[in-house]
Amino acid sequence: MSETLKVPTMAEYMAQGKQPEVLFWVGCAGSFDDRAKKITKAFVKLLNKANVEFAVLGTEESCTGDPAKRAGNEFLFQMQAVTNIEVLNAYEVKTIVTTCPHCFNTIKNEYPSLGGNYKVMHHTQFLKNLLDDGRLTIEGGNFKGKRITFHDPCYLGRANNVYEAPRDLIRKLDAELVEMKSCKSRGLCCGAGGAQMFKEPEKGDKDVNVERTEQALETKPEIIAAGCPFCNTMMTDGVKTKEKENDITVMDIAELIANAQDL
Amino acid sequence: MDYLPNILFAVILILGIGYFAKNISKLRRNIKLGQDIDVSDNKSQRWKNMAMIALGQSKMVVRPIAGFLHIIVYLGFIIINIEVLEIVIDGLFGTHRVLSGLGIFYGFLIASFEILAVLVLIAVIVFWVRRNIIKLKRFWKREMTSWPKNDANYILYFEMVLMTLFLVMNATDVQFQEMNSGNAISQFIAPWFEGFSESTLHLIERSAWWLHIIGILIFLNYLYFSKHLHILLAFPNTYYGSLQPKGQLNNLEAVTKEVKMMMDPNVDPFAAPEPGTESDMPAKFGASDVQDLNWVQLLNAYTCTECGRCTSECPANQTGKQLSPRKIMMDTRDRLEEVGKNIDANKGVFKDDGKQLLDDYITREELWACTSCNACVEACPVSINPLSIIMDMRRYLVMEQSAAPTELNNMMTNIENNGAPWPYNQMDRLNWKNE
Repeated sequence: MSETLKVPTMAEYMAQGKQPEVLFWVGCAGSFDDRAKKITKAFVKLLNKANVEFAVLGTEESCTGDPAKRAGNEFLFQMQAVTNIEVLNAYEVKTIVTTCPHCFNTIKNEYPSLGGNYKVMHHTQFLKNLLDDGRLTIEGGNFKGKRITFHDPCYLGRANNVYEAPRDLIRKLDAELVEMKSCKSRGLCCGAGGAQMFKEPEKGDKDVNVERTEQALETKPEIIAAGCPFCNTMMTDGVKTKEKENDITVMDIAELIANAQDL
Repeated sequence: MDYLPNILFAVILILGIGYFAKNISKLRRNIKLGQDIDVSDNKSQRWKNMAMIALGQSKMVVRPIAGFLHIIVYLGFIIINIEVLEIVIDGLFGTHRVLSGLGIFYGFLIASFEILAVLVLIAVIVFWVRRNIIKLKRFWKREMTSWPKNDANYILYFEMVLMTLFLVMNATDVQFQEMNSGNAISQFIAPWFEGFSESTLHLIERSAWWLHIIGILIFLNYLYFSKHLHILLAFPNTYYGSLQPKGQLNNLEAVTKEVKMMMDPNVDPFAAPEPGTESDMPAKFGASDVQDLNWVQLLNAYTCTECGRCTSECPANQTGKQLSPRKIMMDTRDRLEEVGKNIDANKGVFKDDGKQLLDDYITREELWACTSCNACVEACPVSINPLSIIMDMRRYLVMEQSAAPTELNNMMTNIENNGAPWPYNQMDRLNWKNE
């Protein structure tokens, strides 16, 4: 399969004197984390299928600086931001899509005042647009009638008020979308944000991801859908902690759609 | 004519309002100890937020039971206070029910006050039961020590007493009962006083009247010392609340200058700074004490009414960590009060007391437990942002003290060296394509 993936870089486009319609910002998780790489590939398959002219920065991409900023290191964040903005502006990038809500939030909200002004979309918004424009069709396939619950990533939902794009996509799969007791603006965090992903949690009674997984399990889902590579990891770990990994899978929305089409 | 009651009334009124004004100016001074922040943008949106969130209580009803009861008390507070206008005129000029000349309309007004007074009484009793009998979890968290608990109950008792006095005052007002207009509720209370002589009734009516207005003035002056300040500060606080997407954390301008200079090949790193530029640099990065926070954050602290909705939504708190966003706000206010008193005691200048907000009030463990999920910010019915204080304090810990947890230091070193939070080579970033 992998040889069929078309992943051009900005440098290649530049060499041909062309501009892609959108830059796919892969993010650190999407580039290096084994689980997240599958999400990246699923999304690329969908982009290929819809004949979207996209490009990645490849080795010219670097961390947006989000975890450094949330850990309190504004210097490191701004160094990363300014460096990335130089690269993006040099390629005259106008539109960016990313599969990571943290990259999405940072580039969309925190880059403009440092000189980086782009139209930034989360991949669920981008896929929704492709669907609305008739460039992509979604079939239920193997997900028809399945119970799917969606975990709102904080940096997509509360942080940027995007609640409907991922849900619209799940509904298009003819799946049964079931909501957790706290969802949308009151959705519970997976426990990874604010640089928690990279450290052990403070002492408490329970890990946040286990609490959130328990809320998800209450809906008796067959699939927990996620829209963030970090949430994905946390929920996957939570499902394992509850020893439910044989019954329930955690999947990104891009994976759901790609799998439904047997891509 | 005996002017003694009028003079007494005027003196009490002036004392009550004067002491309150004095404390409000202290409050302003304390809030202004914060750093400057520009909130002059987008005035129309700000007015709209204030109208929706403070005046319209839009976020209170997210929790329907508490929200509904709160709206009753809130409406009662605003509407019944129209009656205070009449009380003040009567008190100063020795008139009795001066507005009753309005006729039917007066009856309508008083009737609605009476009905609201009963509803407020019921709501306040339910509130008391929720706190003290049902013991809702959020009212019994760690930071709800004796004073916050008592403060909450005192407010409820105040309201119970004031509402009762208002109804008794109307019920024992023989003239008013004879008018038989507006006594919607008090007509049913009046029979309880049957058999009392007219002079006794008059005495009860006068006592209730005096206690009612004195109670209101005491309550007014209690505000400054209480979480109940929110009834005033909710309005400016929602006006000055952030208009940005919740995910947007401000970029520190001082850092931007430094970074731009570092990245600019034309800058001579050894050149002496131009005169005057030095003062642009802040004394420190981030916040370790209340004076390092901006004034909106300090206004936030005074506005907090300790309802605990933030804490009950906080993922860290829900899973038993020390962090409680409400405690962040309470600590900030307590420390700010301490700093204010220090300034008062030292002729207007703050004298170092060897304490600060960090460690003496808010621990590092609390700060590092935050996932920055914004649940607390979303939950607050009056646009308080505890997260911004947590982030500013983390900035101090990292940029001034290099005191991040080891794992976070590793993460940051990785970003610095290879552009990812993990130790992978940037040159391998596209390897996934061929895997």
